[in-house]
Amino acid sequence: MEYIIEALKGAFNLIVTLDPEVKTVVGTSLHLSLTSTFIAAVIGTPIGILITKVDFRGKHFLNTILNTLLSLPTVVLGLLVFSFISRRGILGEWGMLFTMRGIIIGQVLLILPIIIALVRNAIHDVDEKMYRTAISLGATGTQQFRLLLSEARYGIIGALVTGFGRVIGEVGVSMMLGGNIKGYTRTITTAIAMETNKGRFSFGMALGIILLTISFIINYIIYYFQSGEIR
Amino acid sequence: MYKNKSIIITTILFVLLASFVFVGNSVLAQDRLILATTTSTENSGLLDELIPPFEEKFNTRVDVVSVGTGKAISLAENGDADIILVHARDAENAFVEDGYGVNRRDVMYNDFIILGPPADPAGINGMEDAGEAFVKIAENESDFVSRGDDSGTNKKELSIWSGAGIEPAGSWYIETGQGMGASLNVANEKQAYILADRGTYLAYKADIDLEILVEGDPKLFNPYGIIPVNPAVHTHVNYQMAMAFVGYITSQQGQKIINEYTAYGEVLFNPSAIKPENIK
Repeated sequence: MEYIIEALKGAFNLIVTLDPEVKTVVGTSLHLSLTSTFIAAVIGTPIGILITKVDFRGKHFLNTILNTLLSLPTVVLGLLVFSFISRRGILGEWGMLFTMRGIIIGQVLLILPIIIALVRNAIHDVDEKMYRTAISLGATGTQQFRLLLSEARYGIIGALVTGFGRVIGEVGVSMMLGGNIKGYTRTITTAIAMETNKGRFSFGMALGIILLTISFIINYIIYYFQSGEIR
Repeated sequence: MYKNKSIIITTILFVLLASFVFVGNSVLAQDRLILATTTSTENSGLLDELIPPFEEKFNTRVDVVSVGTGKAISLAENGDADIILVHARDAENAFVEDGYGVNRRDVMYNDFIILGPPADPAGINGMEDAGEAFVKIAENESDFVSRGDDSGTNKKELSIWSGAGIEPAGSWYIETGQGMGASLNVANEKQAYILADRGTYLAYKADIDLEILVEGDPKLFNPYGIIPVNPAVHTHVNYQMAMAFVGYITSQQGQKIINEYTAYGEVLFNPSAIKPENIK
């Protein structure tokens, strides 16, 4: 119990004193999660739309694969990417292991299935009648795309938020591909894992509180904008 | 109206996101040395004292990846590290003999200790021979926690068991497969015996109810060695900087930092490249 009280005090101290190490770690985490979410969104959103709107053979199978990938453990994905970007791997020459780039590759692959699947669901929920009406009124491809985006925007934003939440809170990929290097690839979560291992439980817990606070602020902003739009 | 607003907001969010993608990669330009080492070394805090003067002197960046000794060696064998600082002499020798490492040097040493519950059900308190203490634990079938993770500590523990002619097995022998800290917590919860490095024990001392029961046996000696990865095997490694680091850590300056480093009010490592009396 005393850990929690100590942690709350610790978190408060770390925030008000703007501890330089905490600042670096938080900056790294935000940089990585936002970059990964951005890249995964750019790739995943169009794929999610295409999967729903275009008919092709093996669609059911692809959807099943996609749903399966949602339960991919971060450590397994980390291992897989590790084997590719290690110096012994196919992409070894690029020297991406223990760099930001390495972590981003892993994180993008981690949330790509999540974003695709949630965008797919969001598009699926868009009123079919309205879409058909737009087509019958002669909407061009671009117009159809824009209509879909605007009708499904809450679902799409939800997909991005879920993806962001997954990457900022994950530890397996960052630890394995980043190596928890101080001042470089150390993120909030890998720092928590390390501090716990060192026996500094309250410091680890304090970092956990900071992580949740950041997540809360981001989600609050998004919710604020969403609810502001509701008629 | 509200649709326009949403488009503006979405645009702003995307620009913000995009700006994060393109900033913050400038650090890559600097020269980089990847040091794979053990968790016990990094957790002790010694590297925070040892590395910054080197980085400044050679205008380089040392990236410390801390894993178990076994993992550190396999990273180096794959060419994913430039240099290793580890503690498992037999594995180090094999690493050099197989051609992966060159120019190994002794750096420092500390010691392992056998911890156990204050009640000491196996009655090993004060024994001088670690092997005999292990025999008593096994005969009594008292709970014993093993790291089971191929770390330097785990290798040492297994070598003591085999030296005592025992193959530990049974419900009393608990393998955690985790780091030293996590394993100490398991031992504490189960009030079991455990082999630990002194540094990690000192860090945990205040929070756990385990005592030092056996110490000082030469078998519990824990030497650390530094080995650069062979540039003939992995052509991309930063061998020049690795050798500079070997030079630095075994120099008067590096050995002095090790000699003077204390944590929790105790000396954690003893320099071994230069004898303490010769350090100026």
